[in-house]
Amino acid sequence: MQTQRLLEMANQIGDFFQSYPDPVEARKDIANHLKKFWALSMREQIIAHVEAQQGAGLHAIVGEAIKEHRAALAS
Amino acid sequence: MDKQIDYGTPAAIADKQVTLEIDGREVTVAAGTSVMRASMEAGITVPKLCATDSLDPFGSCRLCLVEIEGRRGYPASCTTPVDAGMKVHTQTPKLADIRRGVMELYISDHPLDCLTCAANGDCELQDMAGAVGLREVRYGYEGENHLKAEKDTSNPYFTFDPSKCIVCSRCVRACEETQGTFALTIHGRGFDSKVASGTGNFMDSECVSCGACVQACPTATLMEKSVIEQGLPEHSVTTTCAYCGVGCSFNAEMRGEEVIRMVPNKDGGANHGHSCVKGRFAWGYTTHKDRITTPMIRKSIKDPWQEVSWDEAINYAASEITRIQRQYGKDSVGAITSSRCTNEEVYVVQKLVRAVFGSNNVDTCARVCHSPTGYGLKQTLGESAGTQTFDSVMQSDVIMIIGANPTDGHPVFASQMKRRLREGAKLIIADPRAIDLVSSPHVRADHHLKLRPGTNVALISALAHVIVTEGLVNEAFVRERCEWDSFVAWRDFVAKPENSPEALEPFSGVDAEELRAAARLYATGGNAAIYYGLGVTEHSQGSTMVMGIANLAMATGNIGREGVGVNPLRGQNNVQGSCDMGSMPHEFPGYRHVSDDETRALFEQAWGRPLSNDPGLRIPNMLDLAGEGKFKAIYCNGEDIAQSDPNTQHVTHALESMECVIVQDLFLNETAMYAHVFFPGASFLEKSGTFTNAERRISPVRRVMTPKNGMEDWEITAKLSTALGYPMEYQHASDIMDEIARLTPTFEGVSFAKLDELGSIQWPCNDTHPNGTPVMHVDEFVRGKGKFFITQYVPTSEKVTARFPLILTTGRILSQYNVGAQTRRTANVAWHQEDLIEIHPHDAEERGIQEGDWVGITSRAGETVLRATITERVQPGVVYTTFHHPESGANVITTDNSDWATNCPEYKVTAVQVARVTQLSDWQTEYQNFSEAQIAFAGLPADVAATE
Repeated sequence: MQTQRLLEMANQIGDFFQSYPDPVEARKDIANHLKKFWALSMREQIIAHVEAQQGAGLHAIVGEAIKEHRAALAS
Repeated sequence: MDKQIDYGTPAAIADKQVTLEIDGREVTVAAGTSVMRASMEAGITVPKLCATDSLDPFGSCRLCLVEIEGRRGYPASCTTPVDAGMKVHTQTPKLADIRRGVMELYISDHPLDCLTCAANGDCELQDMAGAVGLREVRYGYEGENHLKAEKDTSNPYFTFDPSKCIVCSRCVRACEETQGTFALTIHGRGFDSKVASGTGNFMDSECVSCGACVQACPTATLMEKSVIEQGLPEHSVTTTCAYCGVGCSFNAEMRGEEVIRMVPNKDGGANHGHSCVKGRFAWGYTTHKDRITTPMIRKSIKDPWQEVSWDEAINYAASEITRIQRQYGKDSVGAITSSRCTNEEVYVVQKLVRAVFGSNNVDTCARVCHSPTGYGLKQTLGESAGTQTFDSVMQSDVIMIIGANPTDGHPVFASQMKRRLREGAKLIIADPRAIDLVSSPHVRADHHLKLRPGTNVALISALAHVIVTEGLVNEAFVRERCEWDSFVAWRDFVAKPENSPEALEPFSGVDAEELRAAARLYATGGNAAIYYGLGVTEHSQGSTMVMGIANLAMATGNIGREGVGVNPLRGQNNVQGSCDMGSMPHEFPGYRHVSDDETRALFEQAWGRPLSNDPGLRIPNMLDLAGEGKFKAIYCNGEDIAQSDPNTQHVTHALESMECVIVQDLFLNETAMYAHVFFPGASFLEKSGTFTNAERRISPVRRVMTPKNGMEDWEITAKLSTALGYPMEYQHASDIMDEIARLTPTFEGVSFAKLDELGSIQWPCNDTHPNGTPVMHVDEFVRGKGKFFITQYVPTSEKVTARFPLILTTGRILSQYNVGAQTRRTANVAWHQEDLIEIHPHDAEERGIQEGDWVGITSRAGETVLRATITERVQPGVVYTTFHHPESGANVITTDNSDWATNCPEYKVTAVQVARVTQLSDWQTEYQNFSEAQIAFAGLPADVAATE
């Protein structure tokens, strides 16, 4: 899938969770959301983007969530 | 044919019982029951003409007179309530004399054509003439009469023959009380009185063709044309309508294997004997000449179709799936289920994908309508379903409708809602358009919050702000029933000044004072219920809005009892069921995540195959990957994504890019034009199964005729599975339901036998609730404590600009259904032959657009051309269209924008420009050429194009 499309989807998710008062919980729930609803191939692709492009074009909180919960998202 | 008993007047609801004597028999009934009904319940028939148990008593025909000891005269039994100790006589010489006299007068102005009358054998007037022993009419026919009154045949489905009318007013009262349209009246007085539909004929009147008047008519005055043409039915089978999410119960009245008429079932839990123009009359598509009944295959969409046997078609499809999975991997294949299919059909498709394809690449058309409901209600309340019964609305004091148009989309429920509104319930409507309920006969919204499309979340946050800051929260309820921490976070969020109605008015366009008044009414007006539709879900913040609605209900304690709740009005007949059955790529049946080890082990053991613990691809994911050449085959079961999904050109490119598209449908639909295998499907009249409506009501679908394609749809899927090496050995749809019940806790107590016994069942149905659960979350939420979520308004990225200055929003119309594949093949086209674009007079004037002009609508995704209709129903800056005709290309314009949580498309907000044009768009010209070629490839007559 085109990375740009994944970034748009991920950023929308970030828009929702960034209003959480607790950023730790927000990052955890972003990762949970990706894990529960995105196919593994899509998760792997966005992890690769975060690692290769330092999350360019990605909502900061989503990039942080992916880094923080990388292991759970990659399996 | 067994006829349902007509008790003459509605049942009384009272705890107190009254005992009386009727014709020497002791009878005990609920207080408030009419003498007529008490008699009928005791098996004592009282003659009647103007009374019927779906309508309030009227007391005009003078046929149901009785004698009551100690009372003077001859009171009408329909309007006389029972009294304790009352002694009633229904048959005396004097009563017989009066009744004969009354009947003699009726018959003296009635054509004596019983033997050739369409109602012969099904006419209450005829029955009553016999019942009262009428043997002669002394008055002759020479005098003035109505026998030559002109017949109105303007309606495509029924005729109005005033020469046979006895002016009992049942039709007029049905239009008022049952339907709530008030299209009929009695014009004139005395001998001149006659039933009138406005000033013209039925088609030119306000009549919505619901059939309530036809149903109520005791003679052949209002009569189905199908009965006139074919004769009366000889047997009847109770089944469930295949149109909207109301899920009306109908008696399919048959003559052999031919449907003569569909009559709404009085005992139907969702409809109580009412119907709409679609369910009542628009079933002709099931035998339409466009039906394809022989399987077809082809190598390329550039080739003509080849008709083959079922075995050949199944084996070819199986070999292609096998080849593609070997070549491109197991994840290159998936399936889409449809909400038009039964629970059992959907269940076997998702089982095929999970157990045989070896992935979770199954999705359903709820993806593009109510997937945010599934997500939002699961998060907040713990269950992906509406909380109430439809009947619950009769206990509501305040009704809030958000982004729904019930009179068009859910007409039978709308009639019930209108009854409650006429009784005095308050009404709040949040909608960019002035839907009919904003102002219709005897119904007027107390508040119409006319928001700009795309600002729902701003609206809900502002409503919440008022409730929180003005001290209207039901704190006792929240403390007892909800997660307090989540409430505090939400409370603090919505209380911020930036969430006030005044701060959000510039975004939503809703007057702050009006919004404040609406919020106060919702919070303090008594039982308050929210009903919502796709105007909530089909947004980039669809899921946020659903959670916002749940927040509001929890904060005010409006959940967990009759009259309140959160009520998603599901678009299609089995949206709820298709989701319940595990159609989503992340969930097994019963909304259990595929990563849940215990659940997965349960299904692995039952199905004997290892199952993936990873969510599969959603429809938009599949289409994106197909366009990139990474997703190669799809089994599309009853769904027409080429017409119904957004950004048509993106969808068709994806379909063209696949190596095997398998479509199972009644017709060569838009998706089938891109298919390589066509499995002809069976109509709802040709199969057994169940549908689950918007109130979680599981209702039986019963086979009333032999499938024209040779088998029921679940059998096709089972055969495909068998050809792929995994036999599905069900003997009947009931076997599938038994498996569902074994594996799904919410369906644990459901079986076809129980459905036969109870008529319908609202899930959860289990040991605790053996007869189902009408109202959910009564003592606690399914998730335990209700959870509040912060609903930050995030404007859509689909912005209006100088290039695209208007917002297009889409919807539906009463006479047509979804992509129109069914209703376009019925006489319903008389009401809606083409999709139009509604435009406000100011916007039209600016562009020099006149009524009926061709206008081009251009968005970032594409362009199409429709005729304009100029109306103030839409606000300035907003245009609106329907999507029932494929050549309209409504989804050529809509974009890939979607809900953040579920990818439900943002159909309701597309930035467009509109301008007068003189010719069709390039897409429409290409579409016309392509579809004509595809119709020829299938060997169908060219005029299919006209109905397609």
